[in-house]
Amino acid sequence: MSTHADPKADAGSPLREDAPVDGARFDPDPQSAPLLEVVDLVRHYTLPRERLFGPSPVVKALNGVSFSIRPGRSLGIVGESGSGKSTIARLVMALDTPSSGSIRLLGRDLQRLPRDELRAARRDLQMVFQDPYGSLDPRRTVARIVAEPLEALAETSRAEQRERAAEALDAVGLRANDLSKYPHEFSGGQRQRIAIARALITRPKLIVADEPVSALDVSVQAQVLNLMQDLQQQFGISYLLISHDLAVVNHLCDEVCVLHRGLVVERGAPQQLFAHAEHPYTRTLLAAVPRAEPVA
Amino acid sequence: MTMPQHSAMPLLEVDDLHVRLQTQRGPAEAVRGIGFTLERGETMGIVGESGCGKSITVQSLMGLLPSSAKVSGRIRFDGAELVGMAESELCRLRGNRIGMIFQEPMTALNPLHTIVRQIGEPLRLHRGMSAGQARKEVLALLERVGIPDPASRLDAYPHQFSGGQRQRIGIAMALACGPDLLIADEPTTALDVTIQKQILELIRGLVAERGMALILISHDLGVIAQNVSKMLVMYGGSVVEGGPTAAVFAERAHPYTQGLFGARPAIGAPRGLRLATIPGSVPELVDLPPGCPFAGRCRYTVDACRATRPPAVRLPHGHEVRCIRLDEIAAQEGAVPA
Repeated sequence: MSTHADPKADAGSPLREDAPVDGARFDPDPQSAPLLEVVDLVRHYTLPRERLFGPSPVVKALNGVSFSIRPGRSLGIVGESGSGKSTIARLVMALDTPSSGSIRLLGRDLQRLPRDELRAARRDLQMVFQDPYGSLDPRRTVARIVAEPLEALAETSRAEQRERAAEALDAVGLRANDLSKYPHEFSGGQRQRIAIARALITRPKLIVADEPVSALDVSVQAQVLNLMQDLQQQFGISYLLISHDLAVVNHLCDEVCVLHRGLVVERGAPQQLFAHAEHPYTRTLLAAVPRAEPVA
Repeated sequence: MTMPQHSAMPLLEVDDLHVRLQTQRGPAEAVRGIGFTLERGETMGIVGESGCGKSITVQSLMGLLPSSAKVSGRIRFDGAELVGMAESELCRLRGNRIGMIFQEPMTALNPLHTIVRQIGEPLRLHRGMSAGQARKEVLALLERVGIPDPASRLDAYPHQFSGGQRQRIGIAMALACGPDLLIADEPTTALDVTIQKQILELIRGLVAERGMALILISHDLGVIAQNVSKMLVMYGGSVVEGGPTAAVFAERAHPYTQGLFGARPAIGAPRGLRLATIPGSVPELVDLPPGCPFAGRCRYTVDACRATRPPAVRLPHGHEVRCIRLDEIAAQEGAVPA
């Protein structure tokens, strides 16, 4: 493990020599091994005491959630605010530690990786946020924004960074001469493309997308959803899509988990699940979506 | 109430309304000659994407535009002309005869005032009620909008309520004086779907019960479909299509309306479908072309589209469309995804 310090050696190529952690071997055949495996995830947050000798209140954000994603497939997590969706995103991105349970990416437990290895493992794991206005640094050029994950991973040269950034922009339908522009010169949909380009630049295997289109107008939303679909076919990326919008999840995902109060209450392929929902909460959710058919 | 009875006159008549805003990049024509009428008790929806002018339109009805904005055209509310009306007179209408529900209930409420004070404010101002009378009235309003145990919550502050409850408080405030016209600008966009359903049901019930007219703004076609009897589709400051909701949904005559419908992913649709997209993005109001505002993104565009603003074409059932290529589009209808 000590000699495994040069993440630059295989930057951008499939992981070859990552030492298996805690005995589990990394299965080289991606068809048989899940890309992401989440087992019995629990996250409770302790709030500050309200009374001097009273117990500290606890928010039970996640109460034992399990799911897995196979390479090139997508999983959607739907639920309302407070259901624990975003907690899942934060935990999968290793931005937060679970109270118990495990998250394994390519067989490695992210929570147990040493810092430098976690940093290297993040290459496979990128995130797209909801707000295309808040998630891009307004004082940086698009070239620097898009290439930033490379900077964090290894010492790639400026020239190489720029080249990779141009490639990533091309993949999301922007032009290379957009590299020297600043975020304010772009519309909301274009900004979300920039955010996706930033996620693509490390050639990740999994993109965690937290409400990636909910801040966009309907016509632009469709463009971004089609782009995400194309990128999946082109690069075999998996998505963990967090959304409150059942139609968006239906469009992009092979499997959907309905989250309610920190528990998965129902799961399945979206077409079947939404047609034959069994759990009362799933039914309530479906019934609440206004249908685009005028009432007589 | 001493309200003049104009049974033959519509409650609201908007004709050739133009709004010009001063922006950093120069003047922008945010509303470009829109017109509609609204009868008492009638419900109308305005649908469109951000920057299409839907919020500016209703803000001009309320006299809430910045003072640098230039409004021209006619807005007749119950016989009175609102364009150019003195601020003091507008104040007597706002919150009294015209009530408004805003998108973000947290920013629409003052965090420093108790809810009884905020909901009671229009009652004291317009009805001259005493604090005690207003308190009693507020209690009844809170009960009607479904705040549990309202008597104990009167002196609570906005942060002590959930998002859905805050929107109920916003509705109570808009309703306080029994307005003739209720304007709801994206009232449920900030809320979860199950809460959205409850709030829309509440608004629908109140509109029916009190015989108010309703203007509902939404980007969500589903919300429009289920809540209003007629609708306008706005794009680039213009109404591109308008008429009875059922007719607009059935015909989808304008290419932009077709694009809006096609772009929405559907629940239950098979996996792997591509969404029909509208190329490009919503133009900024400063950059709008002189002709049809949608010309830059429309696949049916010919030179004539860019030259002049298309006139309204009348279809059956009072349905109007501003497009000069309707025949060609109808001929290709088979190619348009439903």
